[in-house]
Amino acid sequence: MSSMEQLYQQLILDHAKSPHGKGLTEGHAAESFQVNPTCGDEVRLRVHLTEAADPAQIDRVSWEGQGCSISQASISVMSELVDGVPVTEAEVLGETFRALMRARGEGLEEEAEDRLGDATAFTGVARYPARIKCALLGWAALRDALAQSGALDLPGQESSPAPAQPVPAASGGTDPATPQEDHA
Amino acid sequence: MTAVLEPQASAPRPELTAAELTAVRADFPLLARTVRGGRPLVYLDSGATSQKPDVVLDAEQDFYTQRNAAVHRGAHQLAEEATEAYEQARVEVAALVGAQAEEIVWVPNATAGINLVAYAFSNATAGRGGQAARRFVLAPGDEIVVTEAEHHANLVPWQELCARTGATLRWIGVHDDGRLRTEDLATVVTERTKVLAFTHASNVTGAVTDVAAFVRRAREVGALTVLDACQSVPHLPVDLAALGVDLAAFSGHKMLGPTGVGALYGRREVLEAMPPVTTGGSMVEVVTMETTTYAPPPQRFEAGSQMVAQAVGMGAAARYLRELGMEAVAAHETRIAGLLLEAVTRVPGVRVLGPLDTRDRLAAVSFVVDGVHAHDVGQVLDDAGVAVRVGHHCAQPLHRRLGVAASARASAAVYTTDQEVEAFAEALGAVRPFFGLTDGGAA
Repeated sequence: MSSMEQLYQQLILDHAKSPHGKGLTEGHAAESFQVNPTCGDEVRLRVHLTEAADPAQIDRVSWEGQGCSISQASISVMSELVDGVPVTEAEVLGETFRALMRARGEGLEEEAEDRLGDATAFTGVARYPARIKCALLGWAALRDALAQSGALDLPGQESSPAPAQPVPAASGGTDPATPQEDHA
Repeated sequence: MTAVLEPQASAPRPELTAAELTAVRADFPLLARTVRGGRPLVYLDSGATSQKPDVVLDAEQDFYTQRNAAVHRGAHQLAEEATEAYEQARVEVAALVGAQAEEIVWVPNATAGINLVAYAFSNATAGRGGQAARRFVLAPGDEIVVTEAEHHANLVPWQELCARTGATLRWIGVHDDGRLRTEDLATVVTERTKVLAFTHASNVTGAVTDVAAFVRRAREVGALTVLDACQSVPHLPVDLAALGVDLAAFSGHKMLGPTGVGALYGRREVLEAMPPVTTGGSMVEVVTMETTTYAPPPQRFEAGSQMVAQAVGMGAAARYLRELGMEAVAAHETRIAGLLLEAVTRVPGVRVLGPLDTRDRLAAVSFVVDGVHAHDVGQVLDDAGVAVRVGHHCAQPLHRRLGVAASARASAAVYTTDQEVEAFAEALGAVRPFFGLTDGGAA
């Protein structure tokens, strides 16, 4: 496989074309709006929690966004992965995916890759530093939304926003309420 | 002290000959490298930053190995030579753009230059600079006019200045082909307008502004003009005095010079009336514990240790361009612009953001590929060794106006060849097929 074929695996192209979880729905516990300021890619992601679940569990995520095939496919694959998953497990998945993005295209140990399932298709992205943040956009939104919902406690996470903040953009800094940013 | 350079001696030439272009390319060591597994580099991202010729690298090296000392202080030989090199660079840059040396202020880049001007307005509004600076005083009811085609560098500083002073920001719109709505000047620019800030050439659409029309209207209402000359100075003959703008900014790194240095041009009387912004050493006359008097321009705006080696490098770049002849550079790039437009428009499913003809147009061609995001376009081109810019090119409002979130941009410089455009065209033709789109229409 050429490095381009590794980057744009069929699974990624398929997800980009027919994304999972796309389309915002109501009944969410929290919402996060994230942008990639270098290219203008953006995602608005809602996390829906399973009622009365203890420990907290993600029922599903719904999202709207625009961006490159890597960012869109990554949000889609993530949406599939975290459907019906306990919040703590979603955080482990996020950490594992972030580790994959730091692996320079070498991948991770078998156990970690098994956990990621389809998301290992993004292994080749880590070879292109400029594209890593495309793949991470949705994961950043998920983490932010979970933190805001109160279901995910992030003690000592300097890079994360305070959970008490009302619907902020963790890295984007764009007012999520600004109407012209709605592309839905 | 510093000599005034004679105007460019050689007569305008139609464009670079093939032999001259080959010689030019040999001046740029980086252009010889390969990328992505041995592919020849096709560098079409000069609108973001240009490559540097040996004379620029040598000028910096020579400064550090032979002349390095603090400028404008010290009485030893090295200090004299360093000061001479620094000031001679100012003469070189001034000569490239039709200015006097005293009208050129060194700044880190064009963004810093525009911010310097915006903060000078703030300081004048706060009462600094006295009567002489009253042109720079803003109040609620005053207006600042920009255009919808501006790079963020010539938009955000004015938004901030409005927020600090209560002035109102207005703008000239753009046509669907990216050209400015120059015909709206009469209605948008009024007696309330105190500043008219606009780009000489769009970094997205490549459209060159009718500067004369903007300056004429600004003068009718007594507004100061601020020109973003980042994209024009490296590619066109620019005579700032003849254009009649009050202030202009451009970056060294886009005109074959080093990073970390740029120039703010100001007409002598404008700079003389402008209060200082960054204060401290090197920009003063008499300092007591209570008060300070300031040096005349340009030193008034050059507080602290300056980027001397980079300024010397930018001077070498200016000289290099003058020796090539900006008429020849512009003629070459206009031809490349035609080739780029032809290349982009013959690929099915590709749309140009900007004028489709080469009249008053730079060789910066932004485009969108139906069904493929700009980032993905850039990735496929990169795999073929072709470097283009992807994203919003620091011009989000313009992209929004043109109805897209992002685009890809191929931008040339004096060293760009026909063969590079062909390689780009071939790679671009492979983009939609790579993503399984071959119908030529929207996906």
